[in-house]
Amino acid sequence: MTITARLFARYRAEAGVAELLLDLPDDTTVRDAARAVERQARIVLRGAMCAVNERYSDPDARLGDGDRVAFLPPVSGG
Amino acid sequence: MGTASPSSRPSPVADAGDNLLITREPLRPWHLAESVRTDGCGAVASFVGVVRSPNRGVAIRYLEYEGYEEMIVPEMARIAAELRAAHGVEGVAIAHRLGRVAVGEPSIVVAAASAHRREALAACHAGIDECKARLPIWKLEVTVDGAHWVEGSSGAAPAL
Repeated sequence: MTITARLFARYRAEAGVAELLLDLPDDTTVRDAARAVERQARIVLRGAMCAVNERYSDPDARLGDGDRVAFLPPVSGG
Repeated sequence: MGTASPSSRPSPVADAGDNLLITREPLRPWHLAESVRTDGCGAVASFVGVVRSPNRGVAIRYLEYEGYEEMIVPEMARIAAELRAAHGVEGVAIAHRLGRVAVGEPSIVVAAASAHRREALAACHAGIDECKARLPIWKLEVTVDGAHWVEGSSGAAPAL
Protein backbone atom coordinates (compact mmCIF):
# COMPACT_ATOMS: atom_id res chain seq x y z
CA MET A 1 0.00 0.00 0.00
CA THR A 2 1.07 3.62 -0.48
CA ILE A 3 1.48 5.94 2.49
CA THR A 4 2.41 9.63 2.45
CA ALA A 5 4.81 10.56 5.23
CA ARG A 6 5.37 14.21 6.13
CA LEU A 7 8.26 15.68 8.06
CA PHE A 8 8.42 19.00 9.89
CA ALA A 9 10.91 21.41 11.44
CA ARG A 10 14.28 19.84 12.11
CA TYR A 11 13.30 16.46 10.60
CA ARG A 12 12.38 18.22 7.37
CA ALA A 13 15.60 20.25 7.48
CA GLU A 14 17.72 17.14 8.12
CA ALA A 15 15.98 15.05 5.45
CA GLY A 16 15.95 17.81 2.86
CA VAL A 17 12.37 16.88 1.95
CA ALA A 18 8.99 17.66 3.49
CA GLU A 19 7.14 14.62 2.17
CA LEU A 20 7.93 11.06 1.14
CA LEU A 21 5.88 8.39 -0.59
CA LEU A 22 6.33 5.02 1.05
CA ASP A 23 5.51 1.69 -0.55
CA LEU A 24 4.78 -0.61 2.38
CA PRO A 25 3.32 -4.09 2.99
CA ASP A 26 -0.39 -4.17 3.84
CA ASP A 27 0.23 -5.17 7.45
CA THR A 28 2.27 -2.14 8.53
CA THR A 29 2.38 -0.06 11.68
CA VAL A 30 3.24 3.59 12.15
CA ARG A 31 6.52 2.46 13.67
CA ASP A 32 7.30 0.44 10.51
CA ALA A 33 6.61 3.53 8.43
CA ALA A 34 9.01 5.50 10.63
CA ARG A 35 11.74 2.97 10.00
CA ALA A 36 11.11 3.23 6.26
CA VAL A 37 11.41 7.01 6.49
CA GLU A 38 14.66 6.69 8.43
CA ARG A 39 16.11 4.45 5.73
CA GLN A 40 14.88 6.49 2.76
CA ALA A 41 15.59 9.94 4.15
CA ARG A 42 18.67 8.98 6.20
CA ILE A 43 17.45 10.66 9.38
CA VAL A 44 16.84 9.53 12.95
CA LEU A 45 13.26 9.72 14.24
CA ARG A 46 13.89 8.57 17.80
CA GLY A 47 11.87 10.85 20.08
CA ALA A 48 9.40 11.78 17.33
CA MET A 49 5.67 11.85 17.92
CA CYS A 50 3.44 10.27 15.30
CA ALA A 51 0.23 11.52 13.69
CA VAL A 52 -2.11 9.64 11.36
CA ASN A 53 -4.70 11.57 9.39
CA GLU A 54 -4.13 14.69 11.46
CA ARG A 55 -4.47 13.07 14.90
CA TYR A 56 -1.77 11.95 17.31
CA SER A 57 -1.34 8.20 17.07
CA ASP A 58 0.20 5.36 19.00
CA PRO A 59 3.32 4.15 17.14
CA ASP A 60 1.97 0.60 17.09
CA ALA A 61 -1.29 1.51 15.35
CA ARG A 62 -1.86 -0.26 12.04
CA LEU A 63 -1.98 1.77 8.85
CA GLY A 64 -4.39 1.57 5.92
CA ASP A 65 -3.84 2.35 2.27
CA GLY A 66 -3.84 6.11 1.69
CA ASP A 67 -3.26 7.03 5.33
CA ARG A 68 -1.45 10.32 5.87
CA VAL A 69 1.34 9.88 8.40
CA ALA A 70 3.48 12.61 9.92
CA PHE A 71 6.49 12.50 12.21
CA LEU A 72 6.67 15.45 14.55
CA PRO A 73 9.60 16.71 16.61
CA PRO A 74 8.78 17.73 20.19
CA VAL A 75 6.51 20.75 19.77
CA SER A 76 7.37 24.33 20.67
CA GLY A 77 4.40 26.46 19.75
CA GLY A 78 3.05 29.39 21.73
CA MET B 1 -8.64 3.07 9.83
CA GLY B 2 -5.85 2.26 12.23
CA THR B 3 -5.50 5.51 14.17
CA ALA B 4 -5.32 5.29 17.92
CA SER B 5 -5.29 8.43 20.03
CA PRO B 6 -3.55 8.35 23.40
CA SER B 7 -6.90 8.88 25.13
CA SER B 8 -9.57 6.21 24.95
CA ARG B 9 -12.40 8.75 25.34
CA PRO B 10 -14.60 9.40 22.31
CA SER B 11 -13.54 12.55 20.54
CA PRO B 12 -15.35 15.68 21.74
CA VAL B 13 -16.61 18.10 19.11
CA ALA B 14 -15.85 21.82 19.00
CA ASP B 15 -18.73 24.27 19.06
CA ALA B 16 -19.99 26.79 16.50
CA GLY B 17 -19.37 29.38 19.24
CA ASP B 18 -15.60 28.80 19.08
CA ASN B 19 -13.12 30.75 16.98
CA LEU B 20 -10.04 28.70 16.10
CA LEU B 21 -7.52 29.82 13.51
CA ILE B 22 -3.99 30.07 12.19
CA THR B 23 -2.79 33.14 10.34
CA ARG B 24 0.32 34.81 8.99
CA GLU B 25 -1.12 38.23 9.81
CA PRO B 26 -0.71 40.10 13.12
CA LEU B 27 -3.02 38.78 15.86
CA ARG B 28 -5.69 41.00 17.41
CA PRO B 29 -6.17 39.73 20.96
CA TRP B 30 -9.27 41.68 21.94
CA HIS B 31 -10.97 41.07 18.59
CA LEU B 32 -10.39 37.33 19.08
CA ALA B 33 -11.59 37.33 22.69
CA GLU B 34 -14.65 39.44 21.87
CA SER B 35 -15.57 37.07 19.03
CA VAL B 36 -16.56 34.35 21.52
CA ARG B 37 -18.44 36.61 23.92
CA THR B 38 -22.21 36.41 23.97
CA ASP B 39 -24.52 38.72 25.90
CA GLY B 40 -24.75 36.26 28.79
CA CYS B 41 -20.97 36.30 29.33
CA GLY B 42 -19.81 38.64 32.07
CA ALA B 43 -16.26 37.34 31.88
CA VAL B 44 -13.81 37.14 28.98
CA ALA B 45 -10.38 35.86 30.03
CA SER B 46 -7.48 35.93 27.61
CA PHE B 47 -3.81 35.02 27.42
CA VAL B 48 -1.42 36.53 24.89
CA GLY B 49 1.94 34.86 24.20
CA VAL B 50 4.44 37.42 22.92
CA VAL B 51 7.89 37.02 21.37
CA ARG B 52 10.48 38.14 23.90
CA SER B 53 14.15 38.97 23.89
CA PRO B 54 16.64 37.98 25.20
CA ASN B 55 16.15 34.23 25.54
CA ARG B 56 18.68 32.66 27.89
CA GLY B 57 20.89 35.72 27.60
CA VAL B 58 20.96 35.73 23.79
CA ALA B 59 19.38 38.60 21.82
CA ILE B 60 16.60 37.38 19.54
CA ARG B 61 16.16 38.95 16.12
CA TYR B 62 12.82 37.23 15.46
CA LEU B 63 11.08 33.86 15.64
CA GLU B 64 9.89 31.83 12.68
CA TYR B 65 6.93 29.54 13.42
CA GLU B 66 6.32 26.44 11.32
CA GLY B 67 3.22 24.28 11.66
CA TYR B 68 1.57 21.10 10.45
CA GLU B 69 -1.20 23.28 9.16
CA GLU B 70 -3.77 20.59 8.40
CA MET B 71 -3.58 19.31 11.99
CA ILE B 72 -3.44 22.58 13.95
CA VAL B 73 -7.10 23.61 13.82
CA PRO B 74 -8.37 20.03 14.40
CA GLU B 75 -6.16 19.83 17.49
CA MET B 76 -7.37 23.29 18.62
CA ALA B 77 -10.93 21.97 18.21
CA ARG B 78 -10.17 19.00 20.44
CA ILE B 79 -8.65 21.32 23.06
CA ALA B 80 -11.63 23.71 22.88
CA ALA B 81 -14.10 20.87 23.35
CA GLU B 82 -12.16 19.58 26.35
CA LEU B 83 -12.08 23.06 27.91
CA ARG B 84 -15.78 23.43 27.40
CA ALA B 85 -16.44 20.02 29.02
CA ALA B 86 -14.06 20.59 31.96
CA HIS B 87 -14.82 24.23 32.75
CA GLY B 88 -18.28 24.92 31.36
CA VAL B 89 -17.24 27.99 29.35
CA GLU B 90 -19.49 29.35 26.59
CA GLY B 91 -16.85 30.01 23.94
CA VAL B 92 -13.19 29.41 23.27
CA ALA B 93 -10.93 31.32 20.90
CA ILE B 94 -7.46 30.07 19.98
CA ALA B 95 -5.30 31.75 17.37
CA HIS B 96 -1.67 31.01 16.47
CA ARG B 97 0.45 33.00 14.10
CA LEU B 98 2.78 31.24 11.64
CA GLY B 99 5.77 32.61 9.77
CA ARG B 100 8.02 35.40 11.00
CA VAL B 101 7.02 37.08 14.28
CA ALA B 102 9.06 39.98 15.65
CA VAL B 103 9.99 40.69 19.27
CA GLY B 104 7.01 42.25 21.00
CA GLU B 105 4.44 40.75 18.68
CA PRO B 106 1.83 38.18 19.79
CA SER B 107 2.33 34.61 18.59
CA ILE B 108 -0.66 33.00 20.30
CA VAL B 109 -3.96 34.10 21.82
CA VAL B 110 -6.17 31.87 23.97
CA ALA B 111 -9.46 33.28 25.25
CA ALA B 112 -12.52 31.91 27.04
CA ALA B 113 -15.89 33.49 27.72
CA SER B 114 -18.32 32.52 30.48
CA ALA B 115 -21.02 34.01 32.64
CA HIS B 116 -18.64 34.43 35.58
CA ARG B 117 -14.89 34.85 35.95
CA ARG B 118 -13.86 31.63 37.71
CA GLU B 119 -14.59 29.38 34.72
CA ALA B 120 -13.18 31.77 32.13
CA LEU B 121 -9.91 32.21 34.01
CA ALA B 122 -9.51 28.48 34.65
CA ALA B 123 -10.25 27.57 31.03
CA CYS B 124 -7.87 30.21 29.72
CA HIS B 125 -5.04 28.94 31.92
CA ALA B 126 -5.65 25.31 31.02
CA GLY B 127 -6.05 26.29 27.37
CA ILE B 128 -2.62 27.86 26.96
CA ASP B 129 -1.01 24.92 28.77
CA GLU B 130 -2.72 22.44 26.43
CA CYS B 131 -1.87 24.47 23.34
CA LYS B 132 1.80 24.62 24.22
CA ALA B 133 1.87 20.89 24.94
CA ARG B 134 -0.06 19.70 21.90
CA LEU B 135 -0.29 22.02 18.92
CA PRO B 136 1.92 20.74 16.07
CA ILE B 137 3.92 23.97 15.78
CA TRP B 138 7.68 24.60 16.05
CA LYS B 139 9.60 27.79 16.66
CA LEU B 140 12.89 28.61 14.97
CA GLU B 141 14.83 31.13 17.02
CA VAL B 142 16.84 33.52 14.86
CA THR B 143 19.70 35.37 16.55
CA VAL B 144 22.73 37.26 15.28
CA ASP B 145 24.66 33.99 15.52
CA GLY B 146 22.27 31.91 13.44
CA ALA B 147 19.02 29.98 13.75
CA HIS B 148 18.08 26.95 15.77
CA TRP B 149 14.90 25.01 16.59
CA VAL B 150 13.83 25.59 20.17
CA GLU B 151 13.75 22.46 22.37
CA GLY B 152 10.16 21.27 22.51
CA SER B 153 7.90 19.03 24.54
CA SER B 154 6.78 15.53 23.63
CA GLY B 155 4.09 14.90 26.23
CA ALA B 156 1.25 15.00 23.71
CA ALA B 157 1.68 11.45 22.44
CA PRO B 158 3.95 8.40 22.81
CA ALA B 159 7.32 9.09 21.22
CA LEU B 160 9.28 6.71 19.03
